[in-house]
Amino acid sequence: MRGYVLRRLLTVIPTVLIVSVVVFLIVHLTPGDPAAMMLGDDATVEDIARLHARLGLDDPLIVQYFRWAGNVLRGDLGYSTAVTGQSVWDMISTHFLPTILLAVYSQLITILLALPLGMLAAKRRGSLTDSALSVFSMLGISLPSFMLGMGLVLLLAVQFRLLPATGYKNPFTDGWPAFFRYMSLPAVSLGFIHSAYMMRMTKASMLEVLSSDYIKMARSKGTPERAILMKHAFRNTLLTVITVIGQGFISALAGAAVVERLFGIPGMGMLMVDSIDKRDYQVIQGITLMIALLNVLINLMIDLIYGLADPRIRLK
Amino acid sequence: MQTGIMDKGELQKIRRSLTREQRRVSARKFLRSRLSLAGLVIVLLMLLLALFAPVITSALGVDPYKATVKDRFLAPSLQHLFGTDNLGRDIFARVIYGARISMTVGFSVGLVSAVIGTTLGLYATTSRFLDNLLMRLCDGLKAIPNILLAIALMAVLGANMRNVIVSLTIVSIPGVARIARSNALLIRESTYVEAMRCLGAGKHRILWRHIAPNILSPILVQMTFAFASAIISEASLSFLGAGIPQPEPSWGGMLNEARSYLFKGWWMALFPALFTGISVLGFNLFGDGLRDLLDPAAGGRAVIK
Repeated sequence: MRGYVLRRLLTVIPTVLIVSVVVFLIVHLTPGDPAAMMLGDDATVEDIARLHARLGLDDPLIVQYFRWAGNVLRGDLGYSTAVTGQSVWDMISTHFLPTILLAVYSQLITILLALPLGMLAAKRRGSLTDSALSVFSMLGISLPSFMLGMGLVLLLAVQFRLLPATGYKNPFTDGWPAFFRYMSLPAVSLGFIHSAYMMRMTKASMLEVLSSDYIKMARSKGTPERAILMKHAFRNTLLTVITVIGQGFISALAGAAVVERLFGIPGMGMLMVDSIDKRDYQVIQGITLMIALLNVLINLMIDLIYGLADPRIRLK
Repeated sequence: MQTGIMDKGELQKIRRSLTREQRRVSARKFLRSRLSLAGLVIVLLMLLLALFAPVITSALGVDPYKATVKDRFLAPSLQHLFGTDNLGRDIFARVIYGARISMTVGFSVGLVSAVIGTTLGLYATTSRFLDNLLMRLCDGLKAIPNILLAIALMAVLGANMRNVIVSLTIVSIPGVARIARSNALLIRESTYVEAMRCLGAGKHRILWRHIAPNILSPILVQMTFAFASAIISEASLSFLGAGIPQPEPSWGGMLNEARSYLFKGWWMALFPALFTGISVLGFNLFGDGLRDLLDPAAGGRAVIK
């Protein structure tokens, strides 16, 4: 196991390196002078040159990269160019909670919806239920989150006035009931696409497991079908499901921008979109890097869980 | 091959008719699957709408850009099929012109990323160093979620149509490159490629004339999916104000405008949303059908993954 962990940890290094280079380059290869852009139209040449020197923009790109990477390692993501004196880290941490809560909530909905339906589709393969569920999942995959979100708002908020159309409540200060009232529509819109995908994957992996020899063995021993499904097959499907949950969590974090804008939730996505308008590249860089690193971390954890659960993977 | 009975011309004729028969069978198989057929119809319909947008709108006497103040927030009627928006512009005309934008973006992204991705994937198989480099690069790019990478690229490049295409192409290249590489690796090992190598065919000749045609099917399938996801991404970007700028009538941009008027004019949101969803669904169904037809093994593989 230790060898497996070490090997897997080593593969993280090049990925993190490339992610950081890509994120760094996105901002640094932009057309236009960042210093001139920060100072606006009436800046003099001297002003721009001074800012250049202060930001170290005259150094070779590789020097700039290492300086930036060194700062990031020390937890310094730089300073916002739009809001004076605000560090990017502070800005991200004040917008972090809504996005994380939204992502977790949407994943919970996804799991509760997709797992039972996926298993049902596998159990009743070829039946009318199965076809209905495949059509449903195809529709779900093709439904952009903002489209579903708008539909839900039109129906449940505008037409029937059951739930608020926009806004955010902090569960720790405003209480959980308020949180659920405000966040249910956003979470459903964000999680639905993924639940369609998770349903497909659950069904496929369940079918694969169900056709294996040990299930046949269990059947021939006379194990009740229910026990086969829940005890024997489900456990082996779980690995696939965990992967899909990990992917879903990341895509929820990334996709949150759209849903946050639609529902007016002050999360990281909202911060990122605001930063586009203000040309606040440092913030965009910081958020992109954070989510990418979180993604690498989650994938690493999934692989380690895999290794823990399945000796075949560990020894390969 | 020497058959003894038939001469070369006759053999060729039989071979050609066999190919034709095969194609007919494939086409019939595709059309028989109702879902793929529905996908094909939607795709064709969207392409036609995009192509003939000016003809359709001028026949109906509507204009996607003309704002008429007294006609603001008109509900759908015979004169304005889909109603009018907050500036009094005809939504039907805007939705049809929006199809132009979506199809242009989808098509360009699909095509360009297929060409670049295939080239990268093919050449990756020629050396271990290149292969490692490319795969690590793909891993790195893949670690940044697609929509996030696209937003970041748009933020620095600036919002316009060309940049939308550039960013979304960058985002979808790794997927194509991976598929091209893995398929090329399989085909590289086949006997006929070995034979070509023994005959002294050059590296580029083998790659382009012998391997490339044989990995076309999975690439084509991936292209339709890239097309579909480019439509969603473009709409998302425009919805966030980081895509196609106003007053161009992109579906995402229209939804963004509609956001503020949900209580006042639901039709402003409904129609662009409906068209986005239907066209994405169409391309996904079409892609699924194409995959079952061209690359049945991949279908199984993708599901089992």
